[in-house]
Amino acid sequence: MITEQVQVLTNRKIAEATYEMVLQAEMASKMKPGQFVNLKIDGFLLRRPISICQYDQFKHTFTIIYKVVGDGTKKLTTLQSGDSLDCMGPLGNHFPIEKETTAILVGGGVGVPPLYETAKQLIAANTQVTVVLGFADRAAAFYVEAFKQLGAIVYVATDNGTLGTHGRVTNVIANENLQAEYIYACGPEAMLRALETHFEKGYLSFEARMACGIGACMACVCKDRQDTDLYYRICKEGPVFPVGKVGF
Amino acid sequence: MDLRVQLPGLNLKNPIMPASGCYGFGREFSELYDLSTLGAIMIKAATPMARFGNPLPRVAETPNGMLNAIGLQNPGVDKIMNTELPWLDGYDVPIIANVAGSTLEDYVHVAKTICEAPNVHALELNISCPNVKEGGIAFGTCPQTAALLTRAVKEVSTVPVYVKLSPNVTDIVAIAKAVEAAGADGLTMINTLLGMRLDLHTGKPILANQTGGLSGPAIKPVAIRMIHQVYPHVNIPIIGMGGISTTEDVLEFLYAGASAVAVGTMNFVDPYICPNLIEQLPATLAKYGLTSIEEAIGRSHR
Repeated sequence: MITEQVQVLTNRKIAEATYEMVLQAEMASKMKPGQFVNLKIDGFLLRRPISICQYDQFKHTFTIIYKVVGDGTKKLTTLQSGDSLDCMGPLGNHFPIEKETTAILVGGGVGVPPLYETAKQLIAANTQVTVVLGFADRAAAFYVEAFKQLGAIVYVATDNGTLGTHGRVTNVIANENLQAEYIYACGPEAMLRALETHFEKGYLSFEARMACGIGACMACVCKDRQDTDLYYRICKEGPVFPVGKVGF
Repeated sequence: MDLRVQLPGLNLKNPIMPASGCYGFGREFSELYDLSTLGAIMIKAATPMARFGNPLPRVAETPNGMLNAIGLQNPGVDKIMNTELPWLDGYDVPIIANVAGSTLEDYVHVAKTICEAPNVHALELNISCPNVKEGGIAFGTCPQTAALLTRAVKEVSTVPVYVKLSPNVTDIVAIAKAVEAAGADGLTMINTLLGMRLDLHTGKPILANQTGGLSGPAIKPVAIRMIHQVYPHVNIPIIGMGGISTTEDVLEFLYAGASAVAVGTMNFVDPYICPNLIEQLPATLAKYGLTSIEEAIGRSHR
């Protein structure tokens, strides 16, 4: 983990209340798929944890996709090329890349971004990738084409049916009878819990309110499935846990 | 400039230390800098048995501050004695152990156990945690109860006892005087202020615990006021905390009457804040014409 002033290269709206920001940063050379950064936004006390969507270790750039949920992320949308940001990262553990197998990647809303670099690396490792993306509606959808261009088979589910399957990501998995050796997922806890009934092997990335992002504040803890005295910090031991490890 | 400060049980290299609950047991920060540079470390509260703490969400941001309701999550005093304190003994830094519990017996048990660790140079009696149903703040809002608990812990402790005061009281001077009379060797103040935030979509509190403790720069004026208020009425030293983020803040706390300070919430924002403040403090003291820490302590009262 390092703290660095990172430079904004681009910051553009890609869907309803959703922005993609590309940053120039030395720390890009240390990133792994599924990790996150913790950004300081002027005028706000706590940092904002945001997952890494993709990175280029040679050009020292990385991309984040964030949704405007409050005043802090709204402020983030005003940054322009040339502006800088106080950034801590890369933080947390990462998605292990399983080689020469099959994988289904499932993302819900802002859980979609970390799956992009993961898909890229899985495909490079000769793993056959199917992606299921869940959004509120058509206007909120993003990166559907980008995943296709990586060579993944892509399905979409929207809550109101304006794009893809009407319903949830788990409806798509059931309807299409999607099967694979590994599941890779990121999104709200209810989605992760539902996915555990379909898959035995794979990795789930958890979302949580955090304060420090480095394991000190104990704001983002979860319990072990078997040993209820054992707990994990989502920011430090996570955010990625093997299927079956976390007690919901 | 000489930054050393002498307090009961504590020979501090400098007056800066991380506050309890904002630093774990230092492991995460040891990856970033040498813990021996710190004046002391106030470790996370210890209770007799392990506690998982409150349900999530446990934190919410506020203007210039944050609410937390962690709920004294800790591995229990025995595990802290067997793993965390021996590990911390690898650093040249005095430890102030924060003692918590649900009953008087809990506090006595934890105090008696943890003061045996060679690197624990003082105890911080946590009678002001607002986030647990039993104990905590219930002991810190009544002068008689606070005194009773202080006396009981003093009887078993082999190291000086500092009592952490709650700002959620009508008359903090009365509590401060009561714990001093009961034998407290020092005061630490202030703990968090009780607060709440509501979710605009659901209309319900954001924190699962409903209420939480407000910390960060937002509470600094309250801390300064309370230290300033207590200082003339006690003859025991005060370690000040509450929203410190700059060396100017440190100076203000010393002026109010603190002999040393602890940094809490800002460790979450800038993990390097403690060593940075230590490095910058001499220049700030010089800027305001001070040649020692001593000159700054209690300046507002002279």
